[in-house]
Amino acid sequence: MSSLLLHPAAILFGTALLVSLLHGRARVAAALAGPLAALALAWSLDESLHVGAQFLGMDVAPLSVDRLSRLFAVVFALMAFAGALFALNQPRRAELPAAFLYAGSAIGVVLAGDLLTVFVFWEVMAIGSTLVLWSAATPVAYRASVRYLMVHLAGGMLLFAGIAAQVLDTGSTAFSVMRPDTPAQWMILAAFLVNAAAWPLSAWLPDAYPEASWSGMVFLSAFTTKTAVYVLLRGFPGSEILIVVGLAMVFYGIVYALLENDMRRILAYSIVNQVGFMITGIGIGTEMAQNGAAAHAFTHILYKALLLMSAGSVLLMTGRRKCTDLGGLWRSMPLTAVCGIVGALAISSFPLTSGFVSKSMIAQAAGDERLFAVWMLLAAASAGVFLHAGIKFPWFVFFQKDSGLRPPEPPWNMRLAMILLSALCIGLGLWYEPLYEMLPHAVRYEPYTAYHVVAQLQLLLFSGLAFFVMLGWLRRTLTVTLDTDWLWRVPLAALARFAARSTDAGVSAVESGAAKVRRAADEQLRAWSGPLARTWPSGAMGIGVMATLLALLLSYYLA
Amino acid sequence: MIRRLWVAFFAVLALTVAAEFFIDPHPHFDIERLFAFNAIYGFLACAGLILAAKAIGLALKRKDDYYDE
Repeated sequence: MSSLLLHPAAILFGTALLVSLLHGRARVAAALAGPLAALALAWSLDESLHVGAQFLGMDVAPLSVDRLSRLFAVVFALMAFAGALFALNQPRRAELPAAFLYAGSAIGVVLAGDLLTVFVFWEVMAIGSTLVLWSAATPVAYRASVRYLMVHLAGGMLLFAGIAAQVLDTGSTAFSVMRPDTPAQWMILAAFLVNAAAWPLSAWLPDAYPEASWSGMVFLSAFTTKTAVYVLLRGFPGSEILIVVGLAMVFYGIVYALLENDMRRILAYSIVNQVGFMITGIGIGTEMAQNGAAAHAFTHILYKALLLMSAGSVLLMTGRRKCTDLGGLWRSMPLTAVCGIVGALAISSFPLTSGFVSKSMIAQAAGDERLFAVWMLLAAASAGVFLHAGIKFPWFVFFQKDSGLRPPEPPWNMRLAMILLSALCIGLGLWYEPLYEMLPHAVRYEPYTAYHVVAQLQLLLFSGLAFFVMLGWLRRTLTVTLDTDWLWRVPLAALARFAARSTDAGVSAVESGAAKVRRAADEQLRAWSGPLARTWPSGAMGIGVMATLLALLLSYYLA
Repeated sequence: MIRRLWVAFFAVLALTVAAEFFIDPHPHFDIERLFAFNAIYGFLACAGLILAAKAIGLALKRKDDYYDE
């Protein structure tokens, strides 16, 4: 078991502890060295390592490595490093330890070889991410985090029920490929989809993430949804329903992002959109499609973090989030603007960026399988990504009109983090072989054919033409667009308040009635007296029950 | 300035379409053999998405203090 100390998740949990105790330079050193050590370890993991044990008579495997889990562990550790670098100057001290707890548990899920370990880290992840939200320490963030936690705890219960039923059905805790054809597997699939922000349970993401601090959302964007992509890749490749779910997410994300005024909510909706591409790939399920989904998760984590760092820098330096309040910031924040544009090009899958070499594999898989409708919808959605994230975000924040704001660039560590991720987004677009070599299946795909490049440029640039021709239709307004969270924020909340009021009234009526009965009973008991007739506190009863159970247990052993 | 940017943009658009004459296509589906298919489809898809967003916005947009207590 000593090898479990060399678990990348354990290193990040240790880092969380250190960072919460240390101050000053030592804290900075720990915050950067911890994730780097986890990254080096994840990188060097042996692809057939399997550390198993017995727990309550069931097989658990807290450290089980193959190509797929190693890929995700590497990118999660890399992201923990880049995020920590960006967040070094975050004054709220609770955020970094929470982020390491969160990142570590995400790595725990992807290195888990059995469903029980998946479940445990799944729940720690929900707690870690909620703590990241709390450390924003605003009333709005707190309320959003409670809604967030409710959704994720419900998802966790669903997962627990599914896993329990699966273990009963099969007699095995192994996390292997499933077909959603038993209630147990449907429950597991549904729980995975909650974390993937699949529509209609997607609204928790744009509701909660944008309320995190300027650095908090960088962490939040990376782990929960991509861990869900990982478990879907491992558990449900080729489940056709995922094609429908994925395409719904893709277009839902685009349409809502187009309507949105808050720059970080635009990026939140575009997470749903991008995860939709990955889930469509998982639904197609061929080796090419799985490679595409895994590669896209890898590149997406990096360019989405870059976009959110750019947006986070703007938020920190201006205190504003709404497109209607921003504009013209390229004059005083050129580096933040350039890095934001690099992220925007990568998310749009522009040739020479990381998004191009990953997303095109999913479309290729749809073409290879002769899925015409899926292929057409993916192409339309690719154009739509450029529209809602690729141009819209940089245009309304850095160009558009002159808002009169002249904020300086953010501090050095934030600039450095953005430069690092920009370099990775372009580097992976140019030298994609190392990424392809890490993918779960052998890659037989050449992204840079003249035809691919020209087709993609036409698709994207004419999407840009549509943006500027129809700019009047895209004018930002001071509005929100109702999403499915309306259901639990308005009618369900009203129902809960009503229920609480009626129960309160009911409870007080019962209580006053009970008090009368008790007084009468007390008098009667006192009249009878005797120790057993006394009213005992409920704690005493608990101890009594425990003693009885212990005695029973002892008698079993002795008998 | 703005005018010059538009001219440059249209020049790039024209180039990407003209490039089709010089490359070797390997399409998956027949529809891709249409001249400038990706250009036309990209534009129409985006126009359609903007219209769809507009329509959904009419029904579901609210003032941004809608949820404030």
